[in-house]
Amino acid sequence: MIPSAFDYQRAGSIAEAIALKQGAEGDARFIAGGHSLIPLMKLRLAEPSLLIDISGIPGLSGVSEDGGRVSIGALTTHAELESDSVLLASAPVVAEAAGEIGDQQVRNRGTIGGSLAHADPASDLPAVVVALDASIHIAGAGGERTVAAGDFFSGLFEVDLAEDELITSVSFDAPSQAAYAKLRHPASHFAIVGVAASLTVEGGVCTGARVAVTGASTHAQRLGAVEEALTGSSLDDDAIAAASAAADVDDVNADLAGSEEYRQAMTRVFTGRAIAAAAAR
Amino acid sequence: MTMQATPGQLVGQRVRRREDPRLVKGRGSYVDDMKLPGMLHLAFKRSDVAHGIIRSIDTSAAEAMPGVELVLTGAQLAEIIPPMPVATPFPAPDHHAVTPDRVRYVGEPIAVVVATDRFLAADAADVIEVDIEELPAVIDPERAANGDPAVIHEAFENNLAVPFAPAGTGVNPETLEVEDESALNEAFENADVVVSQRMFSQRLVPNAMEPRGVIARFEPGNDELTVWSTTQNPHIARTLLAAILGMGQHQVRVIAPDVGGGFGSKINVYGEDFAAAAISRDIGRPVKWIEDRSEAFMTTIHGRDVIGYIDLAATGEGKVTAVKMRLIADIGAYEMVLTAAIPTLVAFMISGVYDIPVVRAELTEVFTNKMPTDAYRGAGRPEGIYFLERAMDMLASELGMDPADVRRVNFIQPDQFPYTTAGGMVYDSGEYERLLDQALENAGWEQMKADRDAARAEGRIVGLGMSFYTEICGFGPSAAMPTVGLWEHASVSVERDGKVRASSGASSHGQGHETTFAQMLADDLGIPMDDISIIHGDTGQVREGTGTFGSRSQVVGGTALLMASGKVKDKMRVFAAQMLETQPGDLSFSDGMIGPTGQEDTGVAFAEVAGFAYIPIPLPPDTEPGLSEEAFWEPEGFTWPFGCYITQVEIDRDTGELELQRFVGVDDCGNVINPLIVAGQIHGGIAQGVGQALTEEAVYDEGSGQLLTASFMDYQIPRARDFPRFELDHTVTPSPLNPMGVKGIGEAGTIGSTPSIVNAAVDALSGHGVEHIDMMLRPEKLWRLIQGGDA
Repeated sequence: MIPSAFDYQRAGSIAEAIALKQGAEGDARFIAGGHSLIPLMKLRLAEPSLLIDISGIPGLSGVSEDGGRVSIGALTTHAELESDSVLLASAPVVAEAAGEIGDQQVRNRGTIGGSLAHADPASDLPAVVVALDASIHIAGAGGERTVAAGDFFSGLFEVDLAEDELITSVSFDAPSQAAYAKLRHPASHFAIVGVAASLTVEGGVCTGARVAVTGASTHAQRLGAVEEALTGSSLDDDAIAAASAAADVDDVNADLAGSEEYRQAMTRVFTGRAIAAAAAR
Repeated sequence: MTMQATPGQLVGQRVRRREDPRLVKGRGSYVDDMKLPGMLHLAFKRSDVAHGIIRSIDTSAAEAMPGVELVLTGAQLAEIIPPMPVATPFPAPDHHAVTPDRVRYVGEPIAVVVATDRFLAADAADVIEVDIEELPAVIDPERAANGDPAVIHEAFENNLAVPFAPAGTGVNPETLEVEDESALNEAFENADVVVSQRMFSQRLVPNAMEPRGVIARFEPGNDELTVWSTTQNPHIARTLLAAILGMGQHQVRVIAPDVGGGFGSKINVYGEDFAAAAISRDIGRPVKWIEDRSEAFMTTIHGRDVIGYIDLAATGEGKVTAVKMRLIADIGAYEMVLTAAIPTLVAFMISGVYDIPVVRAELTEVFTNKMPTDAYRGAGRPEGIYFLERAMDMLASELGMDPADVRRVNFIQPDQFPYTTAGGMVYDSGEYERLLDQALENAGWEQMKADRDAARAEGRIVGLGMSFYTEICGFGPSAAMPTVGLWEHASVSVERDGKVRASSGASSHGQGHETTFAQMLADDLGIPMDDISIIHGDTGQVREGTGTFGSRSQVVGGTALLMASGKVKDKMRVFAAQMLETQPGDLSFSDGMIGPTGQEDTGVAFAEVAGFAYIPIPLPPDTEPGLSEEAFWEPEGFTWPFGCYITQVEIDRDTGELELQRFVGVDDCGNVINPLIVAGQIHGGIAQGVGQALTEEAVYDEGSGQLLTASFMDYQIPRARDFPRFELDHTVTPSPLNPMGVKGIGEAGTIGSTPSIVNAAVDALSGHGVEHIDMMLRPEKLWRLIQGGDA
């Protein structure tokens, strides 16, 4: 529980953070809230030689909305997401999912950018941003770029983010009806399975659905068969049951908290719960 | 000598804990808060494999690091201290503070680094290279008992620490030989119904809020060793440290400052403690070691881990005629101070609260490649009561009886006390049926059953559980632990200004001794609590002691204090009588005055008598000046509190998640000194008992022997949000074995809550053909049962 020795520097701007990273010898890591990296360091599973603290960079925190487009700064903490008035009005699914993360102390420190960049297979927010078809805005030495959330997560702790890049914000169109449902790991409160569903409903018929799962497999991913089954349905109990029964995941995780079989089953259960909650919104 | 009867002005009152303002404001003083000049820091290189032979250790890189003062391998340390002690009568393999040759569990110390700071010490330990030839990890105790897949200690064939220890009917208590099987065989042959079930009380991690820690300071100038330790029992620690170091007890002082919980895990003196003391003596400088949380999971003793094959014979009316328990305890890799003794307590519990004519327990203790087990809150009683109370529910289910009724027809009756069980335990007092009726009424049992049935009709999975426990408290007499002794010591000194310094060998590590003992003495001496300080946890200030464990502090320590107080009062009466020109025997203590009984206010002030005792002109005949008395007290037998816990659970059909919806408890711990502290003990105990039922299990990987649940990310201790409101009540059946009529309450909640919840879960799933579920009740396990599969 005692990390290896490391150096520490605070970056005052995105440019400075990137410059520090490029100039660093050895393994330099960005740190924001630290609630993914520091536990790994304490177990010496991560032994960075330099921590570049980006938490003080101005302008990277907070939620705003402009013409139905919601933008969240990368340094916004889970606790801020949980109680943000813009989100509660325009995208309560984000506040709901953030409120399910860890415990209060974790939510007070952890940030959305850190959570997405770290991409723990059981973290909550990746499923939400994938379901919301969010854009992930990235800054790096080569300038700025934007990646669709659905393309950002590619494998176990694997994301489309270069060594000298960092997430600056996340943006998405305010969903019409979205919800998140989760089976909590009893100890860590990570998602054994977490499902985010975003629905578009016109005249009682589902005209569009994006459903994404986290916790079940190596990374957050869409449940395509569920989306197909929902689209055109009336979202009644039978339709939801049929759609959630179509939930299927490859490379299913298994540990003491849940076998592969249990996680598959819980993926279906929580898919159903997320869709029902979204339909009721 | 007279003793104050309870309740008094303060005894029986909800007095707030005097220690809490200090503790909750961060003004406590723990071992890690101590910093001594010239102090060095220890870090241990630990095994990352479960079982193997150390082929070589290369410490050169560590030794070369600036700031590293010393690196010792286990073999080097073994040259300056012998193997560690045990306090049980069973044979034990050599257990070194730091292993010199083999590793036998993940986390076992291999080498120790001494450095100028803690971080440097950790870095240096990290670069020690150890070459270990791995042996198969021995994890399953039932396989281990056949020597499969390996033998851990050569001298212990088939890994059997205790091969077969029988107790109960037909067993000669002197020779421990089974002499007569007829009563047992007849009971089962003639039974109308027999219940048989393999059960498991799984391995748990104690998880005290404060991990272990030690500072050892040997002063070469005067050959004295002072050890600051997170111990529950500084005097036992002193005795063991002195013995291992080859020092006199007069040369060793152990101080337990504020200690953040122990739950039994801090009874032991551990390898790190012995190593610190030996190293400080070796280098003549103070050294400190503070356990981190990973180490606490892996290398502080674990609890429970007992398999029970339970057979219960009964009549068609539910009268139990015999109980047999074949017990297999997985004690881990070594024996620590009480390791081998704890499972024997499981066997002591075989009769529970029931008048059972024939009982038989057969205990086998097995070595495996895991952290050793030892006392963890309840220590043997939770396992025994869990096995019995599950079997009682299975009997009720088999006969279609109400769980309350099957218990009622078997209770030991009030006129049978003192009651000797068929296993030879002597119960002091009990009135079980009265308490059961109280619990049923408080719960609204009939309504609960109706509500459960209505919920089931809606398709919900709801169950009710009940348990009725008794347990062993007030550990003493010494015959129960002949290697250590089980009395307590106290002193009471009235200073010249009438203020009182009292000491107890019972060492609080969260229990609130500073409050309850002061309450008790304030009533006894007739002075305000604020005039009394309670000293504990320092062998330099508290002359003798045994310690705080086994729910014994109030029973044994409290009585010793009252005895010392009585002696002081007798002496104060002599001084007061001279001042008042009356007879000592007529004088009593009240409201700061000493005077004729009933008219104390006409007498002389307590403080004035105190002053006179130190400047006695003239000194009364045959009297020494001063007011300082001490007492040792040893009980003649155990106390046996009891209680009934009724719970309601609901299980989510889709996920298997279990919600604890109601918890109704009635406890009887005899007379109560402080209801607030008693409630706190019960709440904490329930929380840990619920933890065992629902969320806690130390799991070692079957193949590698790695501890899979080695952090709070993997091992869930329950949180406040996991509980409903505890609906608690109590009855009072005083113990006749001590003057206050107290019984002890520290472990009760842990013992009674676990079987009640499992019984409720089994009841909930009874419609799915479920007769028994092993703990912990993982959601997946319950989900599988709902799906119609096996857990």
